[in-house]
Amino acid sequence: MITDHPRIVTARMGHEDSYTLARYLATGGYEGLRKALGMTPEQVHDEVNAASLLGRGGAGFPAGRKWSMMREAPTTYLVVNGDESEPATFKDHLLIERVPHQIIEGTIIAAYATGAAAAFIFCRGEFALGLERLTQACNDAYQHGALGGEIFGSGYSLDLVIHPGAGAYICGEETALLESLEGKRGFPRIKPPYFPAAIGLYGQPTAVNNVETIANLPWIVLNTGAAFSALGEGSSAGTRLFALSGHVERPGWYEVEMSKTTFRDLIYDKSLGAGVRGGRELKAFIPGGVSAPWFFPEHLDMGLDQDAVGKAGSMLGSGSVVVMDETACPVRAAWRITRFFQRESCGECTPCREGSGWVEKILRRIEDGFGREEDLELLLDACDNIAPGLSWPPKQTTICVLGSSIPSSIVSGITRFRDEFLLHVKEGGCPFSADEVRHA
Amino acid sequence: MAEQGLSAENLAKAESIIACYPERRSALIPLCHLAQAQHGYLTNESMEDIAELVGCSPAEVRGTASFYDMLHTEPVGRYVFAVCTNIACMLAGAYEVLSHAEQHLGIRVGQTTHDGLFTLEEAECLAGCDKAVCVQVNHRFFGPIDSEAFDQLAHDLADGGLAGTVPPHGVLSRVNRSVGMPAKAHAAKAGGGAGGAANGGAANSATALEEAADAAATQAAGGATAGQGSAIGSGS
Repeated sequence: MITDHPRIVTARMGHEDSYTLARYLATGGYEGLRKALGMTPEQVHDEVNAASLLGRGGAGFPAGRKWSMMREAPTTYLVVNGDESEPATFKDHLLIERVPHQIIEGTIIAAYATGAAAAFIFCRGEFALGLERLTQACNDAYQHGALGGEIFGSGYSLDLVIHPGAGAYICGEETALLESLEGKRGFPRIKPPYFPAAIGLYGQPTAVNNVETIANLPWIVLNTGAAFSALGEGSSAGTRLFALSGHVERPGWYEVEMSKTTFRDLIYDKSLGAGVRGGRELKAFIPGGVSAPWFFPEHLDMGLDQDAVGKAGSMLGSGSVVVMDETACPVRAAWRITRFFQRESCGECTPCREGSGWVEKILRRIEDGFGREEDLELLLDACDNIAPGLSWPPKQTTICVLGSSIPSSIVSGITRFRDEFLLHVKEGGCPFSADEVRHA
Repeated sequence: MAEQGLSAENLAKAESIIACYPERRSALIPLCHLAQAQHGYLTNESMEDIAELVGCSPAEVRGTASFYDMLHTEPVGRYVFAVCTNIACMLAGAYEVLSHAEQHLGIRVGQTTHDGLFTLEEAECLAGCDKAVCVQVNHRFFGPIDSEAFDQLAHDLADGGLAGTVPPHGVLSRVNRSVGMPAKAHAAKAGGGAGGAANGGAANSATALEEAADAAATQAAGGATAGQGSAIGSGS
């Protein structure tokens, strides 16, 4: 059975009250932390290295290696990135609302391993219920002795702050997140330094880890890194939480074993996506958030494997898969994704700020029936100015990767569905929908 | 217009929020949420109060706040609808729902009804894609929403049927931090040894422990959250 593997981040989801301290303790909660406190920080770090845990936020950087890059300093910080905003991604949202204590336990373990002076969980502001649950869980964790001075009677002390965001996709970028946490506009910082591990929050070395990455830590400490890396295959170790949406029968979240599970399993298996909506044909799917180039039916038998997907010209990214059936208009899909980037561009870099606006306008006029044949080349040319060469992974002309993510959907759409783009031009409108796209 | 600034109660709460951070400026966004909870939006006076509290100019507060979608420097309705139209919701018919919402409320996206009850916004992905079309009201999730469900939602909000679930616009978390920063105090006492916060914020830390009483009140409010059953943190 493809679902026959341990549940690591979703083990407690069957319980209605999975977010309470009582349920968390009744299901082995804070046992990983107790065990970790009996180890040295280096031993905990070694377990995470042995787990081959890849960051679950989008870039897929090995979590243990990230910690190894921390510069020696009297004060270092741990920041947990819960600003989940990549379109169609809703796994961290689920974890924050349903298992806040698991995130807090993982945060304390990570802070212990990295020697952080304080920890912050940056929670997306739009998650009002999530913020309430995290805040309550934080209060309860202090009462329980899992946070504060002398945690569980050990010599280790840690304070944790739950920090609310205020609505900006760019703050998922780790340096923008730190700017926001410092009370400023969410402008990504100029690189180098490439990692906050060198210069992070308040200029101090800072480890920034994604919520799901952190939520795996209690299990890894309890069951060993080797047990984690025995799941999955090769560099894609462990299980991963995927968010499935769009034209499928059963949209939702599914924790599956990496690499051994294929896109076909995820979309078609009865216990997972259960097939394309209404038995229709699969047209395309986005394998890892809207920043990722699109995949097509010929990619279905590929495993959910970071390296394999990367070699095929896309990415597992944020762990979200969007399914489009035969009724989906590729122009409209590319336009809406581009409009997102245009709205969320922070405005720091010209190629992103201006480029996103121009390609959005061109796509909109094609969708509305005012396009020209040469618009297709114009779009590709503009994309080439944002990410030269249109290669994968994309080349950057901007401070962060928001800009270089803009071409993905446009290039995918034009390359695969050129005929449908041209049909919009020829017919003077969208062959899929009578509505004009919005001029807001 | 002094009453348009932060209330005495919120000024005290602001100090306990600031005490959580090594640097005061980090509290800017949490304080903006606090001010919005009081007035529904950021009044000029409350931005001036925040500037004084975190040690920057009022223009810096406005300049920072204006970057973020959730922070409003103009009045909005008591209930702000955010209809997601991003890819997953669009594939489920979000633009039809949004057009319907405009007709039903008699306003365009970005506008507020004359009675000040509703504001309509077109939102980017809200991370509720398994329940597309996803709609938030004051950042409380509803979905899947079609045109009929939207009408029902607007009706229930107008007649007060959802008052326990959806607080007025600006109220984000109804649970407050009820603990201080004992680790920081501990480290300061121990002379800032291993893991000690060396950033000079330790002096603030003593103020916060007294917040427990006010947390008890908010915990009661938490019990009514979004039909999710028992009170938040019933396990403590």
